[in-house]
Amino acid sequence: MSTLIGDMPQQPMADGSTIPKPIKPWKPTPKQLLPDLLGAITAVVASLIVVAITPLAGGLGLIATFFSVSIVVASTISWIRQDRKAAANSVSTIVIYFLAAFVLLPVVSIIFEIIRKGAPGLSLGIFFSDMSVTSSDAPLNEGGLLHALVGSLYVVALATVVSIPIGLLTALYLTEVNGKAAGVVRFFVQAMSGVPSIVAGLFIYAVWMISFGGTYTTAAGSMALAILMIPTVARTAEEVLKLIPTDLREAGLALGATQWKTVALVVIPAARSGLITAVILGVARVAGETAPLLLTIGGNDAMNWNPFSGNNSALPFYIWKNFGLGTETAIARAWTGIFVLMVVVMIFFTLTRILGNKKR
Amino acid sequence: MSQIKVNSLASVASARSSETSSQGVGLEARSIHAWFGQKHVLSDISLDFYSGTVTALIGPSGCGKSTFIRILNRMHEFIPTAAMAGEVLLDGKDIYRSGVDVTKIRLGIGMVFQKPNPFPSMTIKENVLSGLKLAQIKINNSDELLEDCLVRAGLWSEVKDRLDQYGGTLSGGQQQRLCIARSLAVKPQVLLMDEPCSALDPGSTLRIEETIRELSETMTIVIVTHNMQQAARVSDYTGFFLSDGGPGQLIESAPTSQIFSNPKDKRTEDYVTGRFG
Amino acid sequence: MSIAENPAPTQVPKPREITTEPRFSDRVFRGVVSTGGFISLVVLGLISLFLLYNGFGVFRSEGLSFVTSFDWVPESIENATQASYGIGAMLYGTLVISFIGLFFGFPLAFGTALFLSYYAPEWIKKPMVLVVDIMAAIPSIVFGVWGYFILMPHAEEWARLINKYLGFIPIFSMPGDFFTRSPFIAGLVLAIMIIPIITSISREVFAQTPLDRIQAAYALGATRWSMIRAVVIPYGKGGVIGGAMLGLGRALGETVAVYTVLNLVYDIRPEILLSAGGSVASLIVNKFGEANAPELKALMAAGFVLFVVTLFVNLIANVIINRTVRKG
Repeated sequence: MSTLIGDMPQQPMADGSTIPKPIKPWKPTPKQLLPDLLGAITAVVASLIVVAITPLAGGLGLIATFFSVSIVVASTISWIRQDRKAAANSVSTIVIYFLAAFVLLPVVSIIFEIIRKGAPGLSLGIFFSDMSVTSSDAPLNEGGLLHALVGSLYVVALATVVSIPIGLLTALYLTEVNGKAAGVVRFFVQAMSGVPSIVAGLFIYAVWMISFGGTYTTAAGSMALAILMIPTVARTAEEVLKLIPTDLREAGLALGATQWKTVALVVIPAARSGLITAVILGVARVAGETAPLLLTIGGNDAMNWNPFSGNNSALPFYIWKNFGLGTETAIARAWTGIFVLMVVVMIFFTLTRILGNKKR
Repeated sequence: MSQIKVNSLASVASARSSETSSQGVGLEARSIHAWFGQKHVLSDISLDFYSGTVTALIGPSGCGKSTFIRILNRMHEFIPTAAMAGEVLLDGKDIYRSGVDVTKIRLGIGMVFQKPNPFPSMTIKENVLSGLKLAQIKINNSDELLEDCLVRAGLWSEVKDRLDQYGGTLSGGQQQRLCIARSLAVKPQVLLMDEPCSALDPGSTLRIEETIRELSETMTIVIVTHNMQQAARVSDYTGFFLSDGGPGQLIESAPTSQIFSNPKDKRTEDYVTGRFG
Repeated sequence: MSIAENPAPTQVPKPREITTEPRFSDRVFRGVVSTGGFISLVVLGLISLFLLYNGFGVFRSEGLSFVTSFDWVPESIENATQASYGIGAMLYGTLVISFIGLFFGFPLAFGTALFLSYYAPEWIKKPMVLVVDIMAAIPSIVFGVWGYFILMPHAEEWARLINKYLGFIPIFSMPGDFFTRSPFIAGLVLAIMIIPIITSISREVFAQTPLDRIQAAYALGATRWSMIRAVVIPYGKGGVIGGAMLGLGRALGETVAVYTVLNLVYDIRPEILLSAGGSVASLIVNKFGEANAPELKALMAAGFVLFVVTLFVNLIANVIINRTVRKG
């Protein structure tokens, strides 16, 4: 096969001979793939037969049978063609492909179900009304989640306002000042990103409600979210600042600029899009957080425009509440809430992707 | 070392070639071309490597000699954009033929790399025998094989009392000889060495050159080197590669003594006399 | 060369100390940035301080039995004096579901990381990485609701099969027919939730495998699998274990998703397929709404225990990962 192509004359070289066509003889030819293809077909057919004639039924039975039959067929083919070593290699390859395929399943299912169950409740109306005069059991075209959307916007925006300076300062400390304690700080920022979200909520409750006698407010929820957001912003910003070449800083310092001017006028502008990505990643991290809000914002069926006073709702809270009510319409509202929440999260997710790609 | 005069290179080389006798062709490269993506990096290389001899490939950096040696045991294909043309014959059979088991090819044609790369998670003993484990070859007399390989690699006396220490505890030169021993354990017919001494000190280099000469009695050795003294000291045949901006070409190949004393091509002469490169 | 041979050595000067007097603006800059940098440390300190302070009374009155006893009996009109708080069952349940999560999640994540690093063709690799990243971005409430309505009916069937064929093993036995909201199902949801973190850490670790060792293995006639076993796994072992521990930390602290799919029962049961389990985080959400002041203190104490356990697991995980991956 390969020699045929190789012998075909192409363009002439300086000395009159010809340059052959580049080939990749290590790529399997269709003829070599034939046994693999036949093996795969055998595996599918055999699995279907086994499932049909034995009590193994349903998707799980089919997958399990397909998996076992594939392993047997592939290792047999490899063993016959080559040796035991090749058979072990085939088995591991199939196992790893199956493991990776299994990871796809839940994601595909989740997205499919969100669309299937969430889309029916969608209407323009839900973005213009709240639940203050509507019962959860009212038809889906009544009421809406405007209050939750606005609440989410408030709670996340306030958390962002708090997290940006702290996260950025932490990142600057780790990269620009790089003091003696940088290792310790980095270590604890990593540890902080593992704080369970419920603990963040409990902490704000302990500080604000118990120690200061405060009540549920949007701001309290934001503080809890900020605790979760700071490590994400700080760590991503640190990675971004690390990528700024040292010569750029030295160029600034060599011109006689102070470190402060160099950072403010050279380093931060150079890292701008990366720093924005860091913030958006933080937003995406907390936009769907539920547990801390359950302990801090109190919930509300009506609009609350004041973030510093009175209960408020948020999308995750709205989903939680309707899921907990358990009636058919309430659950439909919960799915629609999930749909809207996922769209919001995916918008931020896509933004980080676009910004991240632009940098590279 | 660099002060050695060129004419003395020729005498070293001639002394070396008279010691050995060639026994027939072990490995043949036929009209090898290589590409990375659209870039044509090697053009029409045909070269025979005789059993029981050492062939040195010399040339300035970027002339494609490392690419060429990697084609000889199918390491070239690990670069995703790589392509090639031509044939490499081991015992008269193309190692790129359809349906061949590439792992068997690499067992028959061993390779030693620029930087010593013993497996750090394995002891010295495990390193030497790692090829058997990787290829799932079972043998009974592993201790015998272990000693034999280490002796042939010239490392036995230095490590025989600490075979259960980790490979990383050895010096750079010892690590490289450990890598040679590791290659020997799977009993290859051909040993390819890609600048095996470039990361080592002069003492270790000489030690490895001795090893290469001893090994050449039983196998075919191909060594890429940028060090002409080394080529003169260890090789029986030398191939000179050069790229004039386009793909690398084999300018001249001949017995080493001839390359260093009486090269046919002006460019070879310029290179071995140190006028460029 | 040595000093003894040379009685009058040239005086080697001591290195000069280079002192700089930073400008006022730079001192302010460094001061502000350093203060900002320490806020995370302060917050972590405050979290433990406040939770400990609020829960201290409970720790003192309950002693060790707070983490070992099973009953959670808040003060009420009927028993004003006999309040008793113990999170033993919840703590045990948290560990059980987290390890079930790790049991299923780890092989999937490890296999996916190997797939992405060494098996996947380029055209599959990119979308697959995207899918794993999306998985990481899905909020836990979504996993919870999906787990309850979509996964649970299937998981119940699987649990029945396990019980049918492996029921003779005590942990798979079933005293009745209660397969819903079991630790098994909560563990499955957790498994899915921790896959992204373990996958991405493992990929990071695998990317550090030195190429020359990989080539050495191939040059010795290794197949892809024997290369992975001889080079990739020994190299990445530590980092992958660190990634798994990070996943474990996630699982231990997960609240909402677990609460929706797990039936909380104040008892330690060995059967993982039975509709009875525990989770400290879920306990907090469950009891928070109607808790009176003393019970709230007990929840604070529970939160403190959860915080300390997850922090501990995370710290160890990060030490391991830092040692193997982020050296430079």
